Amino acid sequence: MQLSGAEITIRCLEEEGVEYIFGYPGGAVLFIYDALFQQDKVKHILVRHEQAALHAADAYARATGRPGVALVTSGPGVTNAVTGIATAYMDSIPMVVISGQVPTAAIGLDAFQEVDTVGITRPCVKHNFLVKRVEDLAETMKKAFYVATTGRPGPVLVDIPKDISQQVTDFLYPAQIEMRSYNPVVKGHPGLIRQAVQMLLEARRPMVYAGGGVVLGEASELLTRLVRELGVPCTNTLMGLGAYPATDPQFVGMLGMHGTYEANLSMQHCDVLLAVGARFDDRVIGNTRHFFVEGRRIIHIDIDPSSISKRVRVDVPIVGDVREVLQEMLKLVAETPQRLDPVALKQWWHQIGEWRARDCMHYERSDTLIKPQFVVETLYQVTGGDAIITSDVGQHQMWAAQYYKFDKPRRWLNSGGLGTMGFGLPAAMGAQLAFPDQVVACITGEASIQMCIQELSTCKQYHLPVKIINLNNRYLGMVRQWQQILHGNRYSESYMDALPDFVKLAESYGHVGIRVENPADVEGALREAFALKDRVVFLDFMTDPTENVFPMVKAGQGLTEMLLGAEDL
Amino acid sequence: MRHILSLLLENEAGALSRVAGLFSARGYNIESLTVAPTEDPTLSRMTIVTNGSAEVMEQITKQLNKLVDVVKVFDLNEGRHLERELMLVKIRAENGAREEIKRTADIFRGRIVDVTDKTYTIELTGPRDKLDAFLEALDPLMILETVRTGASGIGRGDWIMRA
Repeated sequence: MQLSGAEITIRCLEEEGVEYIFGYPGGAVLFIYDALFQQDKVKHILVRHEQAALHAADAYARATGRPGVALVTSGPGVTNAVTGIATAYMDSIPMVVISGQVPTAAIGLDAFQEVDTVGITRPCVKHNFLVKRVEDLAETMKKAFYVATTGRPGPVLVDIPKDISQQVTDFLYPAQIEMRSYNPVVKGHPGLIRQAVQMLLEARRPMVYAGGGVVLGEASELLTRLVRELGVPCTNTLMGLGAYPATDPQFVGMLGMHGTYEANLSMQHCDVLLAVGARFDDRVIGNTRHFFVEGRRIIHIDIDPSSISKRVRVDVPIVGDVREVLQEMLKLVAETPQRLDPVALKQWWHQIGEWRARDCMHYERSDTLIKPQFVVETLYQVTGGDAIITSDVGQHQMWAAQYYKFDKPRRWLNSGGLGTMGFGLPAAMGAQLAFPDQVVACITGEASIQMCIQELSTCKQYHLPVKIINLNNRYLGMVRQWQQILHGNRYSESYMDALPDFVKLAESYGHVGIRVENPADVEGALREAFALKDRVVFLDFMTDPTENVFPMVKAGQGLTEMLLGAEDL
Repeated sequence: MRHILSLLLENEAGALSRVAGLFSARGYNIESLTVAPTEDPTLSRMTIVTNGSAEVMEQITKQLNKLVDVVKVFDLNEGRHLERELMLVKIRAENGAREEIKRTADIFRGRIVDVTDKTYTIELTGPRDKLDAFLEALDPLMILETVRTGASGIGRGDWIMRA
């Protein structure tokens, strides 16, 4: 059957089982929008800014594990989308982005709304394509989904010139695709896996460090089984929260710049470190020279060979799908009666217990000022720890990560790699669409929320009853904190003057707004908000403007050189 | 240390910019880069001369392999290999100097490929240091123009690089 390029594009999405696409129309994609209009299988969500389309599609992928799809027009449509593409790229999120392009005959002539999309996006996509013949379109779409979802996932962009979307050809969607230049490794090397298991079983101070790769690789259950079977401590990165249950006694908290005292010290003082789907980045291990410990051996499982021995040299590199590798490890552990030396392990746990006793998550409570940590703790209780939490970027993000205990993967959606302010609200929309019956809350700040505030309108249009937890401290809090600690209290441009009345703002979009100024009202306001199941509720918490995130490792410092509280400043 | 990398990549628009972009984005050096289609027109063969420590070279190789258009990467330094570069030099060659230039070109197995009453254009092929040596043997004031292709490399013996 002969179909137009536009129809083929939509049919490909259908074939891939795509439920929602997030986008914004424009000249170069008019034929594609026309094809969308004439079918009802793929549902389109009209955002208010292309950045939000990307974040929503991204969060849909983070929450479900299925690829997110976005559709934008040429020129400014694409450039607006770039922040969202880069966000997904840094966190390895499977996405397919379809962009319109000016007609092939106009490419290179500085046509209206023309940009070199393939060139602009090249450094922040896993791969991209410019479709030059309508006959290549279906196969290109197949490749896009294949590349985006296999190996280390990531965003793939397909740029479709307007004339290609208009031309017709026979439609045949390939059932399978082979690419000689792209063959991600799945199975880990059996010899290295055996070596890794042996090394772990002989460890006296073992430590497991799990990152976002465990969540992306659907390996949380296997990781949990391995950690429990061996009786070893486990930490999660910011991206890995939920990979290992936070309420489990073997969990020592998040590690890194704002990680717990016990997690960071365990990382430093262990003798065998098993890193799973994590990449030793600067916010996680700090200074690499300080991190190096003579004699400590490191096992690293990752699907991306270039993540291994990039910042930290490892002793046992295992390239493979974390699921496959953990499965093999569990099999080997089951086959051997050997377990870790119980005396050494007991001593290690005793040491960790002493570190835990520092109670690094302690904060000053107050009857008069709303402490942001208290809001997150209360949110955790009110939602029974079972909400999908999205966040923006800054202090509120860290408090969310520290005080909301994620027991399951895909419940914590945040921009960990790129650190994109504006992610939270559109991300909440994507998650709510994927799980209409789930409680979805966006923990944000008065600065971040204003970067995509226009999406309150999208929430209204599609009845997405997300709850916004605005920790309003009138400052760009994380910037202010660094200025206080590292720049002699010179608060250069970090105070947010002339803020809107968020309650009225929410109301003007047709939502409910609640301002909370008293600690005693925090729980009541949260309960009231979550009782309004069908409404967007914007909770504006006026929080202590001077509160800082602790523990803190200053950029460039060693992982154990932590500031534990105001007394360390 | 200087390394010479051989790549096979899909002969597609944009493949070159993916490789070049990777080097600039990650701060790797490129001393030279040459590329042309192979006997199989769907594939291009690229030679990159770069330098870096063993750790940097490991990352460069891994990052290149990660590019979806790259079919194969091999560091020719890992085995015995040949390296050749082509140079065209335009030299001021007037009156008394002509004989001397011709003799120097002969010593380096260079060929005079174009002549005017004031210039010679010489074609010279070889490893980089031979081309450097030829230029050093000339009076720098005589050199009017040089064009170098950058190195192409291939493994010695039976070893072959195929997709």
